Amino acid sequence: MTDTNQDQLMSDSVLSQREDPGVLSMMLNNRAIFWGGSLLLLFALIAIFGPLFTADPAALNPIKRLKPPSVEIWFGSDFLGRDIFARVIYGGRISLVVGIAVAVIAVIIGLFLGLVAGYVRALDAVIMRVMDGLMSIPAILLAIALISLSGATLSTVVIAIVIPEIPRVVRLVRAVVLTVREEPYVEAAIAAGTRLPLIMVRHILPNTIAPLIVQATYVCASAMLTESILGFLGAGIPPEIPSWGNIMSEGRTYFQISPWIIFFPGIALALTVLAVNIVGDGLRDTLDPRIARKM
Amino acid sequence: MSEGKAKPVLEINGLTVRLPEGADREFAIEDVTLSVSEGEIVCIVGESGSGKSVTAFTVMGLIPKKDLTPVAGEVLLQGEDLLKKTDRQMRAMRGENMAMVFQEPMTALNPVMRVGDQIAELLEIHTNMSGTARKKRVIDAMKDVSLPDPNKMYLSYPHQLSGGQRQRIMIAMALALEPRLLIADEPTTALDVTTQAEVLELIKDIQRRHGMGVMFITHDFGVVADIADRVVVMQNGKIVEQGTRDEIIAAPKHPYTKMLIGSVPSLTPPAHSHPETDDAALKTHGLNMVYGRHGFLQKGRLVHAAQDVELVVRRGETLGVVGESGSGKSTVARCIVRLIDPTSGDIDIEGVNIATMPERELRAFRQQIQIVFQDPYRSLNPRRTVGQSIVEGPMNYGLGADEARVRAEELMRVVGLAPEALDRFPHQFSGGQRQRVCIARALAMEPKVLIADEAVSALDVSVQAQVLRLLRDVRERYDLAMLFITHDLRVAAQICDRIMVMQHGVVVEEGRTEEVYANPQHPYTQSLLAAAPGRDVDFAQLV
Repeated sequence: MTDTNQDQLMSDSVLSQREDPGVLSMMLNNRAIFWGGSLLLLFALIAIFGPLFTADPAALNPIKRLKPPSVEIWFGSDFLGRDIFARVIYGGRISLVVGIAVAVIAVIIGLFLGLVAGYVRALDAVIMRVMDGLMSIPAILLAIALISLSGATLSTVVIAIVIPEIPRVVRLVRAVVLTVREEPYVEAAIAAGTRLPLIMVRHILPNTIAPLIVQATYVCASAMLTESILGFLGAGIPPEIPSWGNIMSEGRTYFQISPWIIFFPGIALALTVLAVNIVGDGLRDTLDPRIARKM
Repeated sequence: MSEGKAKPVLEINGLTVRLPEGADREFAIEDVTLSVSEGEIVCIVGESGSGKSVTAFTVMGLIPKKDLTPVAGEVLLQGEDLLKKTDRQMRAMRGENMAMVFQEPMTALNPVMRVGDQIAELLEIHTNMSGTARKKRVIDAMKDVSLPDPNKMYLSYPHQLSGGQRQRIMIAMALALEPRLLIADEPTTALDVTTQAEVLELIKDIQRRHGMGVMFITHDFGVVADIADRVVVMQNGKIVEQGTRDEIIAAPKHPYTKMLIGSVPSLTPPAHSHPETDDAALKTHGLNMVYGRHGFLQKGRLVHAAQDVELVVRRGETLGVVGESGSGKSTVARCIVRLIDPTSGDIDIEGVNIATMPERELRAFRQQIQIVFQDPYRSLNPRRTVGQSIVEGPMNYGLGADEARVRAEELMRVVGLAPEALDRFPHQFSGGQRQRVCIARALAMEPKVLIADEAVSALDVSVQAQVLRLLRDVRERYDLAMLFITHDLRVAAQICDRIMVMQHGVVVEEGRTEEVYANPQHPYTQSLLAAAPGRDVDFAQLV
């Protein structure tokens, strides 16, 4: 190699500086993430701080039973005279907590199992067949079974929803691992004597983050819906704690004379799930354009 | 072949195509003027990014209009300006007046449709032929490209055919409507060298018989020497030189053309003054790799990727392993690095057999064998700086962060890159620079054996020459034993002291490079050497 060649190469490498815009600014520039995220943030703030300013969601007021929405009671009252507005806001806590808890737990467990299944050939078949088994269990049925065994608490509901969600995460992570493990840079790391745990954390795990965040939003949205369905069926959160599902369930009998009991929690649920899904779509478009095209 | 009086099929005058904003230059191609006459083959040659494909796609009207906009010039096909045509008119012209053959026939064909039907579809769209007439025409077209047993092949799916057969189908498809202009975009780059020779011969033959004009895009001067009547050399979107084949190849005027032609490795091995030593760094004995196994329920299909491979690489020498795709040459390399576990046999590194060593013990030996891969874009983790990639190995073996950094800086200088570039990410480097980084990463382990698995195959010819020079330098500097895996006989001739030719997993010939090239013994070696494009021209001698 001559010196001129070397100088040229060196200046070349200095010239070819190309900065990527930051991931954060890219996300904020995405309209879906911005609006969906704002809506979700608003709901979260209302759910966290709202109950401090509203009436007691459990306070009975038999005189004001089944009142339609008015300036005084915004969302009307139910058959025991409880304030629907206060109940819907309080129910938001349950939905968000269940959604987020299920997403986080399912992702953590699924990520671990997916990494193992994708990389350790011997365990792949075992883990995946167990996952196939889990996938065949209907979430609602499992929840009803679990709740009748150990009682209706928030944690039972979360566990019941987490279990059928795990296989979806495992499959996704495994698929990513299977493609990345064949990359020459992973093979180069093996040839360089990097130990397996470090290869996982350093070279393979980072590739799963983007699709996982996207998947987590979908898991979150579907968990909120499942929680509401369970509440509606009377198999979810106990009736003394208001959740969107059980508010709607209690309003079902009065649907024809006072539809607002079902209408407002229904709207709240629909808007929240929509906001989560919009954020998910936006994240998918910015974080992982490749997967976006596949879906 | 090119006579002044022949009627031009295609004339491109002052064509300029603008790139989207934020690209590294303003125009994809600028002021391109060329013509293709009836009965001549015009080769457009250039390295990646030269704009040769954009030119072809502009003629075909296949450029994405949103990103690439023709801003000046005209493209006249038989006197009609294609840039003024509507999409509907262009659709009618594609196939009937001009047709294109792509680089990768597997992706250009629909995998779930019989190949015969795919050709017939073209006739169905453009003509009013009856079903039987169409089928007859398709069979004729398939006969025309010398496909064996066209009646049976009509019913085949793309995956049932070989790469060469698929490319013949593509050519038959392009010719079905007898266009006056055929555009071939690197049509033989994805093919093995013997198949490449056949397909080139076919294109020449068909062009002669049908008297059409062919615009042939390639990066390979060997191919140019074999096929071109006239040559157009492009660099950074501009034409730097054009002329007849003999003018360009024998007497290039522009420095860039001279550099390109001078970079083509000669098929004649240089005289090696390599001392024979007995200091074997790497030895294999009876190395076997069998894929597939008898399944629990079904009878397994066994593939012998490597059979009884015996090789010796001594310190300071390069052993070349040459073969076409599927010959097992990469399998041998991957076994030796122990990325895959060989089925049986010995791999001796400095006298220790590592072939069946469990990973725990193997770790101590991994350091001694390092590998450089083919694809510079995938061999570096895109999320880590090149510095982090280089120090990863040495730090695995207990080198402190500061010492590793010092070693990395030194190696960056060795491979001809600025040490300050260690903190950059791979996407900030060009392909050749990345390959240099990969070499530095391998050297950081202070190996005794360096394996280059098609390490220069993905690079442009000028960059290829530089990386080859670098590989030769580091081999001497560190007294490495090098195993050089390649399909390219020209490259092998230049860098290898000894050559091993593989076919279907078996070593068919082995010997000193000069002897093998001068006097090949095995018929397969002979056919490989005979098929090397441009074998009649010794490029390096010309400049």
